[in-house]
Amino acid sequence: MKDFAYLSAPDVPTALQAIARPGARFLGGGTNLVDLMRQNIERPDTVIDITRLPLDRVEELPGGGLRVGALVRNSHLAAHRAVRERYPMLAQAILAGASGQLRNMATVGGNLLQRTRCAYFTDLSAGCNKRQPGSGCDAVGGFNRNAAVLGASASCVATHPSDMCVALAALDAVVELESVRGVRRVPLTGFHRLPGDTPQVETEIAADELITAVELPALPVAAASRYRKIRDRASYAFALVSVAAAMHARDGVITDIRLALGGVATRPWRAHQAERELLGAPATEESFRRAAEAELAAAVPQSQNGFKIELAQRAITATLRQLLTEGGAA
Amino acid sequence: MADVHLRINGVDRRLEVEPRVSLLDALRERLGLTGTKKGCDQGACGACTVLADGERVLSCLALAVQYEGREITTIEGVADPIQRAFVRHDGFQCGYCTSGQICSALGMLAEHAAGAPSAVTEGLAAAEIELTEAEIRERMSGNLCRCGAYNGIVAAIQETQETRVAERDVPTLVEGRR
Ligand SMILES: Cc1cc2nc3c(=O)[nH]c(=O)nc-3n(C[C@H](O)[C@H](O)[C@H](O)COP(=O)(O)OP(=O)(O)OC[C@H]3O[C@@H](n4cnc5c(N)ncnc54)[C@H](O)[C@@H]3O)c2cc1C
Ligand code: FES
Ligand code: FES
Repeated sequence: MKDFAYLSAPDVPTALQAIARPGARFLGGGTNLVDLMRQNIERPDTVIDITRLPLDRVEELPGGGLRVGALVRNSHLAAHRAVRERYPMLAQAILAGASGQLRNMATVGGNLLQRTRCAYFTDLSAGCNKRQPGSGCDAVGGFNRNAAVLGASASCVATHPSDMCVALAALDAVVELESVRGVRRVPLTGFHRLPGDTPQVETEIAADELITAVELPALPVAAASRYRKIRDRASYAFALVSVAAAMHARDGVITDIRLALGGVATRPWRAHQAERELLGAPATEESFRRAAEAELAAAVPQSQNGFKIELAQRAITATLRQLLTEGGAA
Repeated sequence: MADVHLRINGVDRRLEVEPRVSLLDALRERLGLTGTKKGCDQGACGACTVLADGERVLSCLALAVQYEGREITTIEGVADPIQRAFVRHDGFQCGYCTSGQICSALGMLAEHAAGAPSAVTEGLAAAEIELTEAEIRERMSGNLCRCGAYNGIVAAIQETQETRVAERDVPTLVEGRR
């Protein structure tokens, strides 16, 4: 690992001043950044430890939402009573990711900004437009079993790896960003960008901005929600396909629906198309299947990942069926 | 160089390290505490698990400087009935993953006792979660065992949990324990 200067920021103003240094990066739990620094993929000159910032609380918002500080650990958020009762899909999504040790270290802010697990991204001898703009994408025509079928471009087919972000996308979460210029708020569904011609630009965050919080709006339908993750082994693996869903039906008709997908797209994928099909439709297997097909209609497979299309359709249908028959995970 | 102070297994230790030195390398190479093992050095195997203020973390992805002032427990600082349970149940073969398994299990049992759910918990809002075999396997999935001693590991953890629960029901024993 390349050497670097280290400083620990005691408060937000200090952190925001320090990030102006050339080559400076914030350090959360370090579970992604330290790993990538050791592989020489990330090479910061200064590392600003933000884990002592007073942004580690989960607070109630007036009106019933929650404000989650950016330094709240993944494990603490998943274990939080209000999250388990009011947003069970979020607790499940976090618990489906990584391991107990990693979740104890990982922060909410860091989870939002974790980099892709595409094998070519960390292979310094391979072409990867995300790591080295203009070097090509070796996943196209290469090992692409894990690649995206939605939201990809000719320059990048890498999936966004986060489980937590899939639930946040379904929940209409809002990301709060702060810099010396002030505070701004970006909806999670607009926070991660599609790769287009610039896959190296992954999110809306500016180089000098700090994620300070994620806000969860009051969302009664979320109390009946679930997260389903399908992977190569039962635990401790990234998603091939995942589904975050919340649904409310009255007299057999769907009156509220939130749906998002993971593992299949270049960003946490809010399934707007399926939601449009489902709202007002009868809560039946037939509706679920039609909506799933509609969402995946635009899917473009690579040479090895075509199976994800049917798998995603089945996972959507199964998750909605389970919500209907068993209710949410809480 | 950074001056780092850590409290390791109850002893105050000071060391000068470059910021890029991991907690794992600081423990093994600077402090001679080689009980904590390096398997993958990338967060994937759990061999390097230690407890930081009682919470299990991966020392290979931890920069030593970031843990300034923290209380670190390594296998050298563990004296718990779980160790004998691992021996009794053949919870290892080569032993390379064992120190990580034991530190991880201690952290996991504390998480469970504090009411934390897991990915296999049915009914997330329930106040009490029974630590079934499926719960143990899921909660320990961050610790790989190349020798495949998983059945013994699970049995050792189950026995430890059962003993703890039994002791908790006998009030006089609670204070004397650990
Ligand atoms: C073996 C392994 C398995 C995993 N499996 C899964 C999985 O199944 N599912 C899943 O979702 N994830 C998984 N992960 C990824 C894990 O969730 C992320 O590494 C973690 O969430 C990152 O959080 P962190 O706090 O450690 O981030 P860091 O590594 O500290 O930071 C990541 C990035 O975010 C930036 N950053 C951090 N905080 C802020 C902030 N507040 N403001 C601005 N920038 C910030 C850093 O500069 C860095 O660029 C796995 C990781 C490993 C190592
Ligand atoms: S050595 Fe740390 S997880 Fe493998
Ligand atoms: S006992 Fe050999 S790796 Fe677990």
